[in-house]
Amino acid sequence: MTSTEASATGRAPAGRNWLLLFLEARTFVALILVLGYFSFAAPNFLSAANAVLVSKHVAINAFLAIGMTFVIIAGGIDLSVGSVVGLTGMIAGWLILYGVDPGLGWSIQFNTYEIVLIVCLFGIFVGWINGMLITRLRVAPFIATLGILYVARGAALLLSGGRTFPNLNGSAEYGSASFPAIGAGNFLGIPIMIWMLVVVALGASYLAGRTPLGRHIYATGGNERGAALSGVNVNRVKMFVYMFSGLMAALVGLIIASQLKASHPATGEFFELNAIAAAVLGGTSMSGGRGRIGGTIVGAFVIGILSDGLVMMGVSSFWQMVIKGLVIIAAVVIDQAQSRLQARVALAQEASGAGR
Amino acid sequence: MTDAHPVGLRIRGATKVYPGTRALEGVDFDIRMGAVNVLVGENGAGKSTLMKVIAGVETLTEGEITIDDRPVVFHSKEDAVARGIGIVFQELNLFPDLSVAENIFIGNEPTRWGIDIDRNEVIARTRKLLRRLEQDFDPRTPLGFLRIGQQQIVEIAKALGENARILILDEPTSALSASEVEVLFRIIGELKAQGVGIVYISHRLEELIRVGDYITVLRDGRVTGTRSMEGVDIPWIVRAMIGDKSKDFSKSTGHAFGEEIFRAEDICLAKMGGGLAVDHVSLSVRAGEILGLYGLMGAGRSEFLECIMARHPQSTGKFWMEGRALRERDVAGRIARGIALVPEDRKNDGLILGMAIRENLTLSSLWQSTRLFHLSLRNEAARAAEFIKRLTIKVASAENPVSSLSGGNQQKVVIGKALMTGPRVLLLDEPSRGIDIGAKAEIYRTMRDLAAQGIAIIFVTSDLEEVMALSDRIAVMADGRVTGEFGPDVPASRVIAAATPAKTRDQAA
Repeated sequence: MTSTEASATGRAPAGRNWLLLFLEARTFVALILVLGYFSFAAPNFLSAANAVLVSKHVAINAFLAIGMTFVIIAGGIDLSVGSVVGLTGMIAGWLILYGVDPGLGWSIQFNTYEIVLIVCLFGIFVGWINGMLITRLRVAPFIATLGILYVARGAALLLSGGRTFPNLNGSAEYGSASFPAIGAGNFLGIPIMIWMLVVVALGASYLAGRTPLGRHIYATGGNERGAALSGVNVNRVKMFVYMFSGLMAALVGLIIASQLKASHPATGEFFELNAIAAAVLGGTSMSGGRGRIGGTIVGAFVIGILSDGLVMMGVSSFWQMVIKGLVIIAAVVIDQAQSRLQARVALAQEASGAGR
Repeated sequence: MTDAHPVGLRIRGATKVYPGTRALEGVDFDIRMGAVNVLVGENGAGKSTLMKVIAGVETLTEGEITIDDRPVVFHSKEDAVARGIGIVFQELNLFPDLSVAENIFIGNEPTRWGIDIDRNEVIARTRKLLRRLEQDFDPRTPLGFLRIGQQQIVEIAKALGENARILILDEPTSALSASEVEVLFRIIGELKAQGVGIVYISHRLEELIRVGDYITVLRDGRVTGTRSMEGVDIPWIVRAMIGDKSKDFSKSTGHAFGEEIFRAEDICLAKMGGGLAVDHVSLSVRAGEILGLYGLMGAGRSEFLECIMARHPQSTGKFWMEGRALRERDVAGRIARGIALVPEDRKNDGLILGMAIRENLTLSSLWQSTRLFHLSLRNEAARAAEFIKRLTIKVASAENPVSSLSGGNQQKVVIGKALMTGPRVLLLDEPSRGIDIGAKAEIYRTMRDLAAQGIAIIFVTSDLEEVMALSDRIAVMADGRVTGEFGPDVPASRVIAAATPAKTRDQAA
């Protein structure tokens, strides 16, 4: 896959705009290539059951990658999402098993909706802390979210003393028996978590393209000073993207706890790196100001299908890591080639346009 | 006098062509050793191009440079350094976290056997250089701890450390306090005595007359006057700088002004390292009036405009807009009250270079295309197209990145962005900087049109000719204070006198 694309970049300028089109759609091309290859090489890859399974794997990463995409477009980075997944999962588990004990000899129990709401609010709260560190205390995003990565992971371990919360079946008495449905239930034959992803992805896409807030996110990452002088409330934009990223992490924490009917404090390790990889693969620029939600979703699918397909083919997990790494690097190399080409085409257009 | 100061470097027939403009046109320039050679001219006159040529940063299209009567060609800055030419740019190129000694020898470190840096040697040589410059700070001090004036001296030491025989100082006093200027002048005197040829570029005319031995005036890439400093006075310099021929300024439409629309009272802004960048500035402007805000670099003009846009929360004073106090504390709030700013630095402050032309144009006024939270892309594109037409911005497609446009068209995009907010007061910071003559004329015409529509304009400029020709009223700033307000027919010399900071004025008297 990588070699075909690499040779395409080297092609002569004859069909330049076709080449540009091809490069712009590269993540899609990659997706089709991986899909085609595995349906041919891996038995049962194309079965409906497998499609659902792969989608579920992809969805976990896609939620985080959507949040990450906004953060990166706004010129930041959020390393804390993996740990927040672990911590919010633990909180969900705690609420189901013990409820909240105000220390009066009785405890408050919650139903499923209340648990989802509380956990989501908590994820947003962690994002709020990230945002405050970055906008008020001027900590570099990398450092601030790295710190929160450790804090959140430590907190998750402290909650249970490092043990797993098992048997999160909920109880009908408290109205939390439906908790396992979040990650395992179906609606119209499609898993609920996939519906959630569709809603979130469409919402995020709309936000990015069709609201002033979306435009402000791009402007903030493109040139913070310029955006501020144009009346963009840069701090508010940053607060939003980190809080949104926290919300995404909370959703993933809920889904995983529900799927496994257990929450383990080490859940979500390295998830942040997968999310960054999906965003970058989908054409998000690490320097900010450029990226698309649609691209990120496709990027998440490429990564997910690649790893699941390789598993099904029996490729060792060591080789999987090597291949994943190479794909990410190739994506960025091609991305660079594309933006250079794009700038050249635009310049040529303007040069001929000015002559008119 | 000529015999006392032999010519060290001679430039004959220097011509430098950039795409679209001729920055230098047949310039002859001599650098005399053991003397201060003053170079003066307005922004865009070609001073910096000439200096870059001498420093080896740029090469000439035509013409030759001779040192000691032998022709030389500089292919790079290293070539020029090897020939003993050192330059201290206005913007200091230093590393605040390294020590003074490390800064002076950066890229040029004496080593032991080519392996490690000989620290003792670095320190010892730095001490010697600093002693030569009468400075007594420790070579191991981190540079960031020094005042700007001392940092400038470190830059000079750096040039001397490379055995410079010719030293180019570009606006060396713009950031210095009065006492630091004195130190600098004493150092210049000593360097002269040591036979160093100094090229001194400045806008501060009194200062030039005081320190210079020879003067060369540039205008629009040509030399309009060159002589020994004896008998030179400010009117002579101004005549040579401005000339009689006028650029293409649109004439005033002669409309009547409206009511006072904007007023600033006692605006103060503290400066880093003490003092005030904006010092009790009070100004007002009427609807349809163009107020020119003239001054030298560092006079506090841009900072004042930024205060108006609420970019400095720590500033004090009061603004009034249409009779009501301006209390909004963020940029968006000020924009909503009808104020818009076109910043000086187009690339860093004015534009989001990676975004499309359309997106840049509408960035400040997205709310006009928004219902609740839904942004109507069709309405946005229509508004962008309308302003592209109104301001005659030459674009092939509004969807191309703004970085693909020429400087003049980029500037029009920034102005368009400001206008799309529907301002009643428009602030323009150096609106004509870095764009070609044709685009300048269009910007001037646009400003006139806007004023005729009743918009109040405050524009900042360092171009004397521009401020004289375009303004209905001129306010001059120096050292953060308003030092004069004039009508449109004031003689240029009075404007210049008001723009000269008090410290040099006192010394010249």
